[in-house]
Amino acid sequence: MQAQDPELLRRLLRAKDRMDAASHEEWPVRRLAEVSHVSEAHFARSFKEAFGVPPHRYLLTRRIEKATALLRDTDLSITEIAFQTGWNSMGTFGRTFRDITGESPGELRARQKSASHQLEQVPNCYVAAAQRPGLTIAVSEKRRREAGDTMASDESEEAP
Amino acid sequence: MSQGVQVVGVYVRDQEEALKFYVEKLGFSVHTDARNGDYRWLTVQHPEQPSFQLGLFLPGPPVIDAATAQTVREIVAKGAMPPLVLEVDDCRAACEGMKTRGVEFTQEPIARYGSVDASFRDPSGNGWKMLEARKGAK
Repeated sequence: MQAQDPELLRRLLRAKDRMDAASHEEWPVRRLAEVSHVSEAHFARSFKEAFGVPPHRYLLTRRIEKATALLRDTDLSITEIAFQTGWNSMGTFGRTFRDITGESPGELRARQKSASHQLEQVPNCYVAAAQRPGLTIAVSEKRRREAGDTMASDESEEAP
Repeated sequence: MSQGVQVVGVYVRDQEEALKFYVEKLGFSVHTDARNGDYRWLTVQHPEQPSFQLGLFLPGPPVIDAATAQTVREIVAKGAMPPLVLEVDDCRAACEGMKTRGVEFTQEPIARYGSVDASFRDPSGNGWKMLEARKGAK
């Protein structure tokens, strides 16, 4: 991997922080690029190089992480959780959730509620980060692999 | 206390900038500022924690080679250094005060798990969690 300018990385981090702080909001590349004071093309390329995933996919993992926490720690309905974490469609939320975590929101809630909580001594943001779902490939790709489907990619499926 | 951890350091991109941040914005004081040629051993201290020093160190020669130093600077700027936690009596008040002094908050104070927490970064990218001490804890 090529060396990246630390000054640029610091500004990219600011965009990542902004997504972390408001993952329920829409974060088109244009908005993120403005935060980092770089062009849109430069932003998308540099962000992926710096943080290993494209900005959009990073946002998806944060939304699912947040939804997971709400499923575990609150009694909010799954519809309300989907709405609060930035999804416009229940179908997309449920499908993306299952594709990333391997289970449905309802299944995860049932399992988490029965598990004991031994992480109370750890600051909760680090617990959340440790439990962040991995998403090293596109959601559409993951879906395709699991379906054993080798058809051409359709990246638009990834949109929340 | 005569035994225990005395210094833990963070890497910073510019020691002068870091010094101003930790002293002027966070209220730390300078403990040691010793120079030897280009090398500068710089530590600061929390006003209520005299037995502990936070080192503000510049990655670079002669301690580490230039290429490694570049890698370290990248890691710091990406916010990938380990967690730092600052405990305060009143998280919201501390946050307000620090904001007026220009501290970059990455998470507004949130009440949860019987406490209040917020997050901020130093200019280099080191991430701090600011936790309000739980009432009656410890």
